[in-house]
Amino acid sequence: MTQSHRTTEPEHRKPTTATAMRLIVPLQGVVQGRGGLILGSLIPCALFYFLQFYLKRHRSPNPPSPSTSSSNLAGLPRTSSRSTLSSRGSLGPVRISARGISIAKPDDSPYYIGLNKFRDDPYDKINNPNGIIQLGLAENTSCLDLIEKWVSENLSDSIMGRDGDDLSISGITTYQPFDGMMELKVAMAGFMSQVLGQAVSFDPSQIVLTAGATPAVEILCFCLADHGNALLVPSPYYPGFDRDIRFRTGVELIPVHCRSTDNFAFSITALDQAFNQARKRGVKVRGILICNPANPVGNIIPRETLYELLDFAREKNIHVISDEIYGGSIFGNEEFVSVAEILEAEEVDKDRVHIIYGLSKDLSLPGFRTGVIYSYNESVLAAAKKLTRFCSISAPTQRLLISMLSDTKFIQEYLETNKRRIKKLYDSFVAGLKQLGIRCSESSAGLYCWADMSGLIPSYSEKGELELWDKLLNIAKINVTPGSACHCIEPGWFRCCFTSLTHEDIPLVIERIQKVAETCK
Amino acid sequence: MLSRIASCDSHGQDSSYFLGWEAYENNPYDQLHNPSGIIQMGLAENQLSFDLLESWLASNQEAVELKRNGESLFRELALFQDYHGFPDAKKELVKLMARIRGNKVKFDLNKLVLTAGSTAANETLMFCLADPGDAFLLPTPYYPGFDRDLKWRPGIEIVPIHCSSSNGFRITISALENAYQQAQTLNLKVKGVLITNPSNPLGTAMTHQELNHLINFSKSKRIHIVSDEIYSGTVFDSPSSSFISIMEAVMDRNIGESDDLWSRIHIVYSLSKDFSMPGFRVGMIYSNNERVVSAATKMSSFGLVSSQTQYLLSRMLSDKKFTCNYMKENRKRLRKRKEMLVSGLKVAGIRCLKSNAGLFCWVDMRHLLVSNTFEAEKELWKKIIFEVGLNISPGSSCHCNEPGWFRICFANITEETLQVALQRIKVFAQSCNPQMLLLQRRSIIGKWISKLSSSSSYDQEPGR
Repeated sequence: MTQSHRTTEPEHRKPTTATAMRLIVPLQGVVQGRGGLILGSLIPCALFYFLQFYLKRHRSPNPPSPSTSSSNLAGLPRTSSRSTLSSRGSLGPVRISARGISIAKPDDSPYYIGLNKFRDDPYDKINNPNGIIQLGLAENTSCLDLIEKWVSENLSDSIMGRDGDDLSISGITTYQPFDGMMELKVAMAGFMSQVLGQAVSFDPSQIVLTAGATPAVEILCFCLADHGNALLVPSPYYPGFDRDIRFRTGVELIPVHCRSTDNFAFSITALDQAFNQARKRGVKVRGILICNPANPVGNIIPRETLYELLDFAREKNIHVISDEIYGGSIFGNEEFVSVAEILEAEEVDKDRVHIIYGLSKDLSLPGFRTGVIYSYNESVLAAAKKLTRFCSISAPTQRLLISMLSDTKFIQEYLETNKRRIKKLYDSFVAGLKQLGIRCSESSAGLYCWADMSGLIPSYSEKGELELWDKLLNIAKINVTPGSACHCIEPGWFRCCFTSLTHEDIPLVIERIQKVAETCK
Repeated sequence: MLSRIASCDSHGQDSSYFLGWEAYENNPYDQLHNPSGIIQMGLAENQLSFDLLESWLASNQEAVELKRNGESLFRELALFQDYHGFPDAKKELVKLMARIRGNKVKFDLNKLVLTAGSTAANETLMFCLADPGDAFLLPTPYYPGFDRDLKWRPGIEIVPIHCSSSNGFRITISALENAYQQAQTLNLKVKGVLITNPSNPLGTAMTHQELNHLINFSKSKRIHIVSDEIYSGTVFDSPSSSFISIMEAVMDRNIGESDDLWSRIHIVYSLSKDFSMPGFRVGMIYSNNERVVSAATKMSSFGLVSSQTQYLLSRMLSDKKFTCNYMKENRKRLRKRKEMLVSGLKVAGIRCLKSNAGLFCWVDMRHLLVSNTFEAEKELWKKIIFEVGLNISPGSSCHCNEPGWFRICFANITEETLQVALQRIKVFAQSCNPQMLLLQRRSIIGKWISKLSSSSSYDQEPGR
């Protein structure tokens, strides 16, 4: 595969095969370089054969042979089990599923380890001043006061209805359409339009509402790809995708590595390469998943690149999923162009483009679980609608949001204030890091910055990066997300979320980083 | 361009269960504006006790406004997306579950996983317990939605455990064994049994005997038991004695933590039926199996319950006086409404299976069939929808293996509407070819007599 320093081992691969591959692949490369094709194939094959032989002899004791087991189960015909635990399963009680086992395992990604550690020891200015400061969760609390004020003035009315209103309790307790109330779709279409400064008008009938963007992404994957198919994802990418997409759909994510020299922008050439490599492996690529504005880098995809992307997708006959969840969190001067804008303007193949949105970032309401699938493809919409029965938005919350999103004056004020406050925090935080000699990539959106701490890592490798991450988490007591968790190919980059910090917190964070930075020099 | 899952039809969306709904949506009954429209009796929703919920919400502004003791919790709730769930909500939910079971069983909130409705809970459990191609055994008739919820994305096969009217559709040992054999023949690995207790569509709570058969069976085959107890709070016939949760049955057999079977017991619950809040999307999985709890918790991120709703619930359910009164009053109203349906049907010469729970009755219309076939059942069903104007669910959509049974819901319409429906049925039943009916009755009478002389599975006069 790539010459990456990282060898991220997929969870489902059996240990023996993986170990074998780690020996064979480099060996093959070495031998092929000098021994020619025949020797280059023969020698590794021979070695592989002997390796298997060795491993077989040293494997743990085999389960009982078939003859003894069938005598125990005399009356019962054997079933042909498809479970990977078949030999033990026929004697012992049924286990939980293979996917259940894999998902139940403790999290080993630093992204989740950090979040868990924070939960056990969260910083509190008064009650726990030495606790861990959270910079690992893209959460925006800078404008919650505005929403809180709106809620305190409007909540009760929105749920219970005013006198003479049609809103009554039976309107929120009874079964609602699983893909969301029409009034909320209308309000959401209007909100999404406002977020884009009215550059696009969204059609409520093309909206499917879900309990958060997490199920929205999963549903789209279930609809667009089969088990074993793949999606290309420009990396570094949001660590949550590994779970959201891989957990249950069986769809593979193929990272398309971007580099700091391009400010982590992806190129069509790289996409094309990745597509072809996948095809050679016999893996069918069904689509490209982009995050625009990007997470964790925070850059915006230029208009021309979006055109090129759509051309590429048409040429390969694949889908484009554009996760635009940070569309309202733009603080820079760069123009943000939603893929919807291009589709509205041009006569392009719309059936292959799908947008993900949600209120967790732009409206700071992750707890209320509101996600959106916006698609131009009728069949996808029909299938997605049916799947929302597993993830509908709670009715009282829908009512609240209908009210809030329809208050366009409030929304306008909120969106503008939000951008200003994020920018202020960004400027302050990035300046603080600069003082420590840590520069950030250029970004104009998102709730985080992408910081280059490669100067502080003991070795230019994933190992070195994780050592620094560990120090930052356990000594400096700040939780940041290391680039390796985001599948970044260059070691030393860290995502630092700053929008749940106050201006007073920032110097404290910088100070803590400084202490660790000093020990690294 | 689309995946197999998106393009397939096996999710049962096109079954008659859903087609009836479509017919209703095109021509819905309205007392004033469309008095000849179709009356919806195919939706198991409880609308009898909204007034109680409404008055609680009206007198608990603080909870609605997301405040506690005058302080706003908005900020905390807006940011709360922990898939372990709002602790207070889980605390109250396990207390509620215990209360419904007469406090004979205690539940641990750490074994509870919240999901967006029991639909999500059932699907999630399948993902956790079975791999694609594995099978679960389900007693028939069963809720048509399972064909979609269990099979669609998890890729599970359902093998029916056929129950018959000869013994009131109770689960027997031979039915269980036959289903297991059937799975073997189909080369399917059976991972468990899924029961709905009280049953949908039968409306009956499982007996001690049935539960014991199930426990013995699961022990010997070493498989899981999933008990969907979503209607446990609707048992309107001395609930503390007539409803036995799987948890209680297992305890009665002295099966404890050290026993293998203990970690293969899972319960699904929801507030959609007992508390008339399907719109809130509150479901849950309760499992004795640590790994299931861990996997299900992570999977719940695909369908978390809004923090706003979790808080509202925690307040509502902590009001013990309200909760107890609600459950009691709700059961009373359900019982009364069921009796109205049963006696109204009796007048039309139609009998129902004796039931003590649920929001529906399992109705015997075999004598109205022109022949003992599913085609005849479909014809009868179409007549009932389009000529009589009632959307009811045919037994075939519930995988019943005897034609002529229908599920009729009674809790989602007003009393007046129910009277209209009963009148329509009466007229229809009388208009059915008397000759044909007489012929059929003669052959069926013999069967009735033998049934009546054994255990009476039919509902008698109201008031018993």
